[in-house]
Amino acid sequence: MVEQALFQDQLVADPMTSTPFRIGRVVKESYDTFTLELVPQGRYQTFPFAPGQFNMLYVFGVGEIPISISGDPQHPSLLVHTTRAVGTVTKAMRALKVGDAIGVRGPFGSAWPVKEARGYDVVFVAGGIGLAPLRPALYQVLAQRDRYGKIVLLYGTRSPEDILFRSELEKWRSRFDLEIYVTVDYANSKWHGNVGVVTRLIPKAPFDPLNTIAMVCGPEVMMRFTALELQKRGVPSDHIYISMERNMKCATGFCGHCQFGPTFICKNGPVYPYNQLQSWLALWEV
Amino acid sequence: MKAFDEILKETKFFHGLAPEYIQLLAGCASNVRFDPGEYVFREGESANAFYLIRHGQVALELHDPRRGQLIIDTLNEDEVLGWSWLFPPYKWVYSARAVILTRAIAMDGKCLRDKCDSDPVLGYDLMKRFAVVMIDRLQATRLQVLNVYG
Repeated sequence: MVEQALFQDQLVADPMTSTPFRIGRVVKESYDTFTLELVPQGRYQTFPFAPGQFNMLYVFGVGEIPISISGDPQHPSLLVHTTRAVGTVTKAMRALKVGDAIGVRGPFGSAWPVKEARGYDVVFVAGGIGLAPLRPALYQVLAQRDRYGKIVLLYGTRSPEDILFRSELEKWRSRFDLEIYVTVDYANSKWHGNVGVVTRLIPKAPFDPLNTIAMVCGPEVMMRFTALELQKRGVPSDHIYISMERNMKCATGFCGHCQFGPTFICKNGPVYPYNQLQSWLALWEV
Repeated sequence: MKAFDEILKETKFFHGLAPEYIQLLAGCASNVRFDPGEYVFREGESANAFYLIRHGQVALELHDPRRGQLIIDTLNEDEVLGWSWLFPPYKWVYSARAVILTRAIAMDGKCLRDKCDSDPVLGYDLMKRFAVVMIDRLQATRLQVLNVYG
């Protein structure tokens, strides 16, 4: 997938070399989360990628980190990343302004099984910032809506103030062919939605478990419990896909920083069928 | 209109319960309705019932002097609301407010306790059913306090 993306478009000659992009727009999603829209420079006019893939973003003079692509794969002229300002690099990234440059290496990694899910009900389960890596898959599924059964998005986050892509969620909610359920961990009495963890939404979500592909993204603990709940509902473990996160450095499977059991998250992941990693997820210090 | 035993039999909570017990428990049931914003019960009040939500949504709330009313959980259709009626001192620990128009079956707690005391088989069965609800809520609450979304 990586090689395909790299060599089809000839975007980056060397996967170890950053290409400078300009920041076209900065969107504040919540108090600590933001979206950067990056515009390719020079001879690179488009940036094809598959939903679920990530880029290594380099804030010049500060550092480089892996961030999933959160934009629409059908509009490759704009490269979109959403992240939370939690560390040195992401905080420096948040301080960038329109017109500033940022280095991009990628796209890297495996993709959500969007094609494989054709003919199935598709359930997206997102926790917190995990909605961002799932959004490209949602765009793609919705662009070919008639190829899928029911489409359900279950989204859990800390509080109503932390809800990402709010206007887009509202727009999607008005569609009759997509079910969206949002829940938060805590809220005041002005909130009229669900309160409780995202796993609580699974037992009643409208999908046929035996004919479902589930794509799950969020913190590891949330994904483990979500997978358990999906299995309890009857979804086979090889129909559940998760997106893993580890400390990545080279993004090409050489340095070993992101090794997880027998795989390298950057190269073999980040998207895996749950049954492939299930036994490793419960192990300590892997 | 359906009789209570018919309605109870169709709920997830009482699924599989012996028909003679369903019949017996139907005697403790009544229909209730709450308008949006109306309280089903308030923290500290006597807990005399539990509720099987048929339609609507109920928010469980806790009052924090600094932050006001906080919603700690929401319960929807076919879920069970309340277990404080089972254990002394039979007082509600949280408040429950209907978020939207809510219809439920109220099961009289005193009536249920009497029936369970006189028939331990029924009491044990009912206790097992509540244990499942409590474990599910406990596990969800553990994840909630873990702040799993980072």
